[in-house]
Amino acid sequence: MDVMPKWAEVILVPLISLLLAAILSALVILAIGEDPIAAVNLMVKGALGSTYGWGYTLYYATNFIFTGLAVAVAFHARLFNIGGEGQAMLGGLGVALAALYIPWPHWTLALIGAGTMAALFGAVWAAIPGWLQAKRGSHVVITTIMFNFIAAALLNYVLVNVMRPPGSMDPASARFPEAVHLPTLHELLAPLGIAFSKSAPANVSLLVAVAACVVIWMLIWRTRLGYEIRAYGHSQPAAKYAGISPVRITMVTMIISGALAGLMAINNVMGESERLVLNATEGAGFIGIAVALMGRSHPVGVFFAALLFGFLYQGGAELALWTSIPRELIVVIQALVILFTGALDNMVRMPLERLFLMFRRPGPPSPTPETEPKPGPRSAQSESAE
Amino acid sequence: MDYITLIQLLDSTVRLATPLLLACLAGLFSERAGVFDIGLEGKMLAAAFFSAALASITGSVWLGLAAGIGASMVLSAVHGLASITFRGNQLISGVAINFLAAGMTVLIAQDWFAQGGRTPSLFGGARFEPITLPFAKTVEDVPFLGPLYEELISGHSILVYAAFLAVPLTWWILFRTRFGLRLRAVGENPAAVDTAGVSVVGLRYAAVGIAGLLCGVAGAYLSTALQAGFVKDMSAGRGFIALAALIFAKWRPWYALWATLLFGLFGALETRPDVIQSVIGIKVQGQLLGALPYLMTVVILAGFVGKAIPPRAGGEPYVKER
Repeated sequence: MDVMPKWAEVILVPLISLLLAAILSALVILAIGEDPIAAVNLMVKGALGSTYGWGYTLYYATNFIFTGLAVAVAFHARLFNIGGEGQAMLGGLGVALAALYIPWPHWTLALIGAGTMAALFGAVWAAIPGWLQAKRGSHVVITTIMFNFIAAALLNYVLVNVMRPPGSMDPASARFPEAVHLPTLHELLAPLGIAFSKSAPANVSLLVAVAACVVIWMLIWRTRLGYEIRAYGHSQPAAKYAGISPVRITMVTMIISGALAGLMAINNVMGESERLVLNATEGAGFIGIAVALMGRSHPVGVFFAALLFGFLYQGGAELALWTSIPRELIVVIQALVILFTGALDNMVRMPLERLFLMFRRPGPPSPTPETEPKPGPRSAQSESAE
Repeated sequence: MDYITLIQLLDSTVRLATPLLLACLAGLFSERAGVFDIGLEGKMLAAAFFSAALASITGSVWLGLAAGIGASMVLSAVHGLASITFRGNQLISGVAINFLAAGMTVLIAQDWFAQGGRTPSLFGGARFEPITLPFAKTVEDVPFLGPLYEELISGHSILVYAAFLAVPLTWWILFRTRFGLRLRAVGENPAAVDTAGVSVVGLRYAAVGIAGLLCGVAGAYLSTALQAGFVKDMSAGRGFIALAALIFAKWRPWYALWATLLFGLFGALETRPDVIQSVIGIKVQGQLLGALPYLMTVVILAGFVGKAIPPRAGGEPYVKER
């Protein structure tokens, strides 16, 4: 099965997929009469050329780390959690309730409290589809899609009818009190003598996101639960035979996944808008799918993929500002990344495997490299494909 | 609620159910052949844009319809390539198609028309006009049956009638032809079909192609009949409601008709809160009605009200034994 060395599996395949997506994106830009190289230059300058650009890039990346990890954790158990969007919306509701109705003395406590609420709300929203899958056998993909729509309707109702301050026309909650204001990177870096843009929204949640990457890495590869999740993802009958309860793993994985997606709200709701608005998630839950696929469901990969998408998001906004390329270009790039790294994975993998086999045959038999089978799109799909 | 209000309500139910029905039947073909399709939404959206765009440029709605079907079929081909030929994950492929359509339609619309991601408004021959059935005007004054015929049955565009005719046609193809038998078999036990010497890949491509055709018609209906022109994200989750209806219908054509009509009724009621209030006496939130199809699907999926069992080989790429 391990036809390719590990470096090819981990780096070459995603790189080629990414390259294909990039080439197609460049063709799309050419087709609408713009210069792809100028566009990339503009994006790099807009997203990475100033601390303001970096502030936005990192702010988006923070969102995507959370949602990317959420999808990645579920992938390890071969569950496809497409409901990160709804779970993040519910997380926002949790943050808003905590921030508005509890008098926090200091932002650190508020961050812990609101973060817990966000994770709890997100976890509950994922636990229901998880339970339905584990106990009633309804497909988690379909139920999480449905729960995205139900979450949107629920939030619409709550914002219009319950949380909207009297006299306000805007379907949004009241502004959070000053005490729960999270320090931005500007405020964090100023004491260290580093000047960082004041108006960029990147904030302390970025550190929480990075910590989450470390925690998830430990969970998946250094704990018994992580082992069980991976075992269940590789072979359900084998895991069951080893005494791993499918119901428990499905539930626990979905709860962790939902909690991560919900946690995103400390960045976008508490850190940026400082009130709950309609459509606060802006599709970040779906970008998590692309991020997890590109990052091969590994926290390190997710981190870098999230940075890349943060760059694309901020760069795309700059493009829309200065050229006639609309923001939707990013949606196209996102689609191509999902398509090539996720669905068309075999299109890249099959010829590569053949190539490696060709080079291997004439040479001396090389020792089998100790490869860890990669989770991700291949493990998220059915067994018969392997 | 008086009789005329009821007729009007049912009339808009039919209008709103049509795209759902076409997309639902599209999903039915695809999933009965064992290929999950959560890209219905994207295919509809792409078809909506290309039919409106071509209709606007050429002034002919029929060319628009052809373009819409073509665009939808291209996305179907991508889905087939990913999920049949390269045996990728069908769900991920569907997600990618949805995003591809959402992004590309606005991108191209902006490039072609420069109107902020929409097409110019369509009129005249660039739209599917309502068809007045024979004698509709003469029987208008007949009590009870007159308005029923004139308002509800007559006066829809040709695509509505086509959608309703597609139901018995789908039933006939799936349950009364050899092709249908094989198509259903390939969704339950592809190995058996393969053993019988019938191409699994060919059948699945055919099913995905039919799904593309039907989604194309659904999308064309959205932008050239239901509304006059394309606007950004105009499919508005209809592909997912169709998916919900498909589960609700337990992957059967006639049930699909009733399920989509029911969900169409919810859509119609959403725009007429006064009617609900007068009938059941309490005010129902619009958001609840909007979420009802999804809630009901979850309940059905949970098996609390009857059990929905999907085709057995659904979502699994077929690997020939060597």
